[in-house]
Amino acid sequence: MTTFVAGVLRGVAFAACLGWALAAQALTAEQAARIASGDNDERIAALDDAVARGDLQLAPFVQAILADEVKVAGGRAFIVRDGKAADPVTGAAAALPEGAEDVVNNNRVRRAMESALAGIKLFSPERALRAQAIAELKDQVDESRLGLLEKAEAAEPDAGLKAQLGVLKAAVLISSADRDKRLVAARALAGSSQPATRSLLLERLAANAETDPQVRTELQAALRSVDSRLAWGERLGVVFTGVSLGSILLLVALGLAITYGLMGVINMAHGELMMTGAYATYMVQNFFRQHLPGVFDAYILAAIPVSFLVSALVGAVLERGVIRWLYGRPLETLLATWGISLMLMQTVRTVFGAQNVPVENPSWLSGGVQVLPNLTLPFNRLAILAFTALVLLGVALLIARTRLGLFVRGVTQNRPMAACMGVNTARVDTYAFALGAGIAGLAGCALSQVGNVGPDLGQSYIVDSFMVVVLGGVGQLAGTVYAGLGLGVLNKFIEGYAGAVLAKIAVLVFIVVFIQKRPQGIFALKGRSAEA
Amino acid sequence: MSAVMPHPALPLPAAATLLTRQGWAAVAAAVLILAVLVPIFNLAVPKDSLFHLSDYYVGLVGKIMCYAICALAMDLIWGYTGILSLGHGLFFALGGYAMGMYLMRQIGRDGNYQSDLPDFMVFLNWKTLPWHWTFSDSFLFQAAMVVLVPGLLAFVFGYFAFRSRIKGVYFSIITQALTFAAMLLFFRNETGFGGNNGFTDFKRLFGIPITTSHMRVTLFVITGLVLIGFFLMARAIVSSKTGRVLQAIRDAETRVMFSGYDPVAFKLAIWTLSAVMCGVAGALYVPQVGIINPSEMSPAAGIEMAIWAAVGGRATLIGPIVGAVFVNGAKSVFTVAFPEFWLYFLGALFIAVTLFLPDGIVGLVRRLMAARKGSQP
Repeated sequence: MTTFVAGVLRGVAFAACLGWALAAQALTAEQAARIASGDNDERIAALDDAVARGDLQLAPFVQAILADEVKVAGGRAFIVRDGKAADPVTGAAAALPEGAEDVVNNNRVRRAMESALAGIKLFSPERALRAQAIAELKDQVDESRLGLLEKAEAAEPDAGLKAQLGVLKAAVLISSADRDKRLVAARALAGSSQPATRSLLLERLAANAETDPQVRTELQAALRSVDSRLAWGERLGVVFTGVSLGSILLLVALGLAITYGLMGVINMAHGELMMTGAYATYMVQNFFRQHLPGVFDAYILAAIPVSFLVSALVGAVLERGVIRWLYGRPLETLLATWGISLMLMQTVRTVFGAQNVPVENPSWLSGGVQVLPNLTLPFNRLAILAFTALVLLGVALLIARTRLGLFVRGVTQNRPMAACMGVNTARVDTYAFALGAGIAGLAGCALSQVGNVGPDLGQSYIVDSFMVVVLGGVGQLAGTVYAGLGLGVLNKFIEGYAGAVLAKIAVLVFIVVFIQKRPQGIFALKGRSAEA
Repeated sequence: MSAVMPHPALPLPAAATLLTRQGWAAVAAAVLILAVLVPIFNLAVPKDSLFHLSDYYVGLVGKIMCYAICALAMDLIWGYTGILSLGHGLFFALGGYAMGMYLMRQIGRDGNYQSDLPDFMVFLNWKTLPWHWTFSDSFLFQAAMVVLVPGLLAFVFGYFAFRSRIKGVYFSIITQALTFAAMLLFFRNETGFGGNNGFTDFKRLFGIPITTSHMRVTLFVITGLVLIGFFLMARAIVSSKTGRVLQAIRDAETRVMFSGYDPVAFKLAIWTLSAVMCGVAGALYVPQVGIINPSEMSPAAGIEMAIWAAVGGRATLIGPIVGAVFVNGAKSVFTVAFPEFWLYFLGALFIAVTLFLPDGIVGLVRRLMAARKGSQP
């Protein structure tokens, strides 16, 4: 039903573009009546006949039939909208005779009409509509559409679409009874780079689908060339998902790199600070939906600073209330922050419920850009990639160029000396911890766009993010970057061979082994502070 | 000055006795209560009597005693040697799984599918037992596995970790990662450990039905005696010379190294022993609770063991036992009465103990007693 409604909507849009005047070959009243009434087989035959002749005016008429707006009376068809009848050929108002009957369409007729609509669209002057028609026809081509496809291919001005039409035609011909036609089709399919072609070829190569040896050889050659072309898309896809996972890990671990790497505080509640950020995003989303529905798509822009501030505030309170009393006792800090994480999780469960809450992508983050036929890069993942780069840049500048960064580095390297130079170390600690927590909030905001937002959100990332920091080495941002991206790509590559769980285990084992060789991570701090 | 200084005769402290007279009396009392009084009050005293101990409490205390063994193991490695392991949940679960395999085979043909194979294998459409189940019908073999699997894993992992001087928080996080990886592995169906459901529906142990009162009390008594045995063993270790070296490693590892000791060997020994203790606890836990599944090795379970030891008081052997009883007692009260607040309580406990009670309950009691002695000259 929904596909049907969508089809109608598309059709209406299409009719609006085309207008009534584009009639290449006029639809006759008699034809219209034949399509609208009579035996189902005859109706479909009449429809196919009209489509094959490329009647552009057919489209609105078929549209109307599909929307149950056509009535038949006395060998004539009428389009009836809002109680007013109109002639389907001229569009002029007409009087509806008494006793006009509704046109009844069974599913078979409906399918035929829908595919006919797509067929007509192949001749639309708009490239986008033609591309859409090709996509729609992909699943429902048979030999009856061959003439239409050939005509469309000949008329197609766009080279890309022309090639797609060629493949579509070949897909029909590949199962033709004529051996020569199959041979030609197999050669044509070798030039395709559609994932659908691959499954089509595999289908034909199956046990008893294709018996002719020469055609089989051609089919195999075609499969090889399609495979080699698709392989690139797959490889790039793995790299992209790997980098995407890596960017998320990096974002998650970046806050840890500050609290753990620079301050030496083991913050097991880091995941829950992320969760706080994600829930802040959820609240902002709800606020926009209720009070500012007009600019709903912009909610994410408001959510970024809000999630940062909320998490940073929670972090500052934690630092002042609990963590500052535990400096120099890392194992106790670990336990206390674990306790904090339990309480934060339970608080969220009490306030928002134990179920996941829905966070919607703004419309400009849904969808994606298709780079290759089998490789689509989702906008939300691209946005997270860019966002991670921005946050990383911001943190790097903050640490390297600002006064606060200078103080943080000073306190990290030598706390008593920094204190002697007049640095308020306690305040620097609070700021640095709040910064780390705020970045966790940003990570939560980003994660809300790609995953579930629930009380357990943080738990699933905490082990991974600690691995990134451990692997990257303490006290360095560069190490975190390499470790985050590296682990992400490594994880996805192993996942391709061994499945998700084994990949995770393999990565964990890899880290344990790696730490054997380089206990200080990829980048070890040199000098006196290393053994502290 | 001669190049070689004469070895100064350092007076070694006199070897401490294992327990004081009062201590032995307390142990004897504990044995009496656990092995004699509980069975009498549970089995012999009529059900409607005021002194009857219900099966529920026998089961609960039996379970908590298993946890207390874990806490004791945790104390040896953390309280005395200063190594915080977050992976003891894994050793506990491994012991539990080894015992669970035997119990699964004991079900025989009484499962839902009346097959020789455990139900979950029938469900997965397996025809034969996987290789690691070959000897699972032998109790002795599985009992050996209870000790060997956690022991070997701990030995190998510890050897590499301690050799490359991973310590402190690094070690904690790596052990947590190990546990996490193992949990993911056990969640898989094809590893042959029942996936997320784990093992359950046990029917018999040594051919005797497992749900009878007598069986429950027997398991209870065994657990109690094992706990007391481990306590005495731990006591012997920490009061020995080895125990002193362990504590020295905790306080200043580099100095121990410079004095000619090899910390790796000592750490490895106590780490492996501690893992084996957890494995035994897991093996005792499974028949009493009737289920083992991968959630026992979740990171949360491992870290909770640390809090049992911390709440009771680290570096005191009675402390972890007190802590395990206190935390798990509170857990069973909370999860029945106000389940909403259990995590708040547990979280607050983590924070309060680390902030205000570094020596735990035992430390608090000692301080109070010392204050009373001080005020009454």
